[in-house]
Amino acid sequence: MASILWTLLKRDLSLVMRRRQDIVTAVAFLVIVVTLFPLAVSPEQSVLREIAPGVVWVAALLATLLTLERLFGDDYRDGTLEQLLLLPAPLTLVVLVKLAAHWLVTGLPLVLVSPLLGMQLGLAAGEIGILFITLLLGTPILTLVGAIGAALTLGVRGGGALVVVLMVPLYVPVLILGAGAVATVTDGAGLQAHLSLLGALLALALPLAPWAAAAALRISVQ
Amino acid sequence: MSDDAIRWMKYSSPRNFYFLAGRLVPWFGWAAVLFAAIGLYIGFFVAPADYQQGDSYRIMFIHVPAAWMSMFLYLLLAGYALINVVWRIKMADVMARSLAPTGAMFTFLALWTGALWGKPTWGTYWVWDARLTSELILLFLYLGYIGLHNAIDDRERAARAASLLAMVGAVNVPIIYFSVQWWNTLHQGASITVTGAPTMAWSMFSALIAMALASWMYSIAVVLIRAQAETLKRERFAAWVSEVVGDDGSPTTSRIRN
Repeated sequence: MASILWTLLKRDLSLVMRRRQDIVTAVAFLVIVVTLFPLAVSPEQSVLREIAPGVVWVAALLATLLTLERLFGDDYRDGTLEQLLLLPAPLTLVVLVKLAAHWLVTGLPLVLVSPLLGMQLGLAAGEIGILFITLLLGTPILTLVGAIGAALTLGVRGGGALVVVLMVPLYVPVLILGAGAVATVTDGAGLQAHLSLLGALLALALPLAPWAAAAALRISVQ
Repeated sequence: MSDDAIRWMKYSSPRNFYFLAGRLVPWFGWAAVLFAAIGLYIGFFVAPADYQQGDSYRIMFIHVPAAWMSMFLYLLLAGYALINVVWRIKMADVMARSLAPTGAMFTFLALWTGALWGKPTWGTYWVWDARLTSELILLFLYLGYIGLHNAIDDRERAARAASLLAMVGAVNVPIIYFSVQWWNTLHQGASITVTGAPTMAWSMFSALIAMALASWMYSIAVVLIRAQAETLKRERFAAWVSEVVGDDGSPTTSRIRN
């Protein structure tokens, strides 16, 4: 069974590597959205520093939403998904592996580019570090929870817009904790509670979200 | 015990449900009118003006029941969704789907009346208070459920997908609620709390209870009517439906597959 899952991981990664467009688009989206804020709000350093964690987090959240469609979309259209459902491995694990591959190519680049954005918005080194850690903990949750929405809206009219409506309410706690953690550093308050809760959400989403997404896939592919 | 269970299961058949609902709707409808009349009378004429808020507090007689209903109805919706997923009872999905618009309406009503009350009391229509924010997110959850149910053409798939979404939402409601509350207290500290208000006069309390009962009766009546319509639509090829609506009725003449 491990070899099946390993092959699946390699397949998903190599598929993306042969069409790097998807990774580049998500990162470009993040950078462009963040760049718009100084233009729209104010180039004032103090203002930018105040809104920086929220701006980067919201932009990362939207970038994740953008990529959700390709999570199962291509496999659904060319019939691979039905084959995956028939694998002799539990569907929950199959989904988990697909999500891991997806996060490595779309979530991780967002995390890696975030220090650059932090500098752009005038955050101090300590705050950039915290921003990096919260995104590292938070973007996997966004991908995990988003998989449920992606699976439910497979092949549905206007699925792209619908998945935003479905997922944004569920993303609220992650956004609050992620952006809030950086703000605590700015205010000089304790940071541990935010990170602990974010970690708790990740620990909760890691087993439950793939399970729910697997159930959703079974509903969508009959 | 098992006999009772079987007798109740009878109403999960669309036909039996349709006729039972038809008999219940007038009762609940008139009860809603009665309770609303009592509640509004006490609320407007008997209950004294609040010594802090004057007359503006009277909007609470609509606002508080609406807020209660918005939350109860989501729980109920998630409960029916669970029944639909576990036991595949078609009528559970009919009920869940019929509950959603009423729940969304009460959520909107709670937000709307809250804004109207907030202006004279807090001096602003909207504050990012924990309760307000989580109520707004609840509205998004309702809209997501309705949107997903409407977007999928296949009825069976729509029912199961929307049910799953409702259950995921229900699991998330406490997490959302506590995170929002925590976020708010961290940033500005609760400026006004409802629990800090002086204890209620008896007349205010009885008006509130009457209005809450009226909201319940109204919800039950409206949801049952909507569920009846949904049942007719889904069962439009069944013989008993043509008996109900007649052969020239529109449900039988327009044979468009949904």
